[in-house]
Amino acid sequence: MVSLTHYLVLSAVLFAIGTAGVFLRRNLITVLLSIEVMLNAANLSLVAFGRELGTVDGQVIVFFVVTVAAAEAAVGLALVIALFRLRESLDPDAYTSLKW
Amino acid sequence: MAPETLLFYALGAVAVAASLLVVGQRNPMYSVMLLIVSFLALAGLYILLDAPFLAVIQIIIYAGAILVLFLFVVMLLNAEKEQEARAALGTVIGPRRAGAALGVILAAELGWAFWQMARGEGAGVETAARAPGADISTVRAIGQVLFTDYALAFEITSLLILVAMVGAVVLAKRHV
Repeated sequence: MVSLTHYLVLSAVLFAIGTAGVFLRRNLITVLLSIEVMLNAANLSLVAFGRELGTVDGQVIVFFVVTVAAAEAAVGLALVIALFRLRESLDPDAYTSLKW
Repeated sequence: MAPETLLFYALGAVAVAASLLVVGQRNPMYSVMLLIVSFLALAGLYILLDAPFLAVIQIIIYAGAILVLFLFVVMLLNAEKEQEARAALGTVIGPRRAGAALGVILAAELGWAFWQMARGEGAGVETAARAPGADISTVRAIGQVLFTDYALAFEITSLLILVAMVGAVVLAKRHV
């Protein structure tokens, strides 16, 4: 029997994988991909809770999360393109000019 | 085993394995493809959770538009396989092992919190809004809530998309 907790634990595991990816990856695009993994983990737990409580609000919130993720991906990738034109590198270590 | 349980474990395993490979392997094009696989598994999980509309939205918009945009940018910038992260001088544990260990700790902590919640200790799930027999799986149900209770958020989202579109064009424009 698959309960709410199963979905929440799966969501937790995916979120942790995404977080590890944000900190570990040496490529700007893959960092953005790991952020998408985290967003999807949160979406999964939202839908699971919506089903558990019998409301449709969980799905509506996920609808908005997908939209915001689309907007964020578009702007984030435009930033990556602009940065690449500047330094010809996708390594986060190439953009450390604000580091003391 | 009930088919729902079997499907949950199968789709969950595919999602976790694909996400691990997204984070773990080095070619960014493969990462995007593996993330598409992960999103398809999540769409299957949404269907299991009585959310078929959301599953289709996930496939069309998330896997079919956002990740295709990622793929375009990967191919445009000719992103190469990334190099090993260089360990800082003077550390014993490399950054990848430490990061992987911290990821496992985070997952264990979150899993423990959810398990405690299932056992009834700690802050429980608020049961005031329960209506477990309600039909939440139709598009009609989503539409009725989306355009009445969430109408303001809906309109603000359209403004957000407009701003994001303008911002993306301005940021990526080649200044001649």
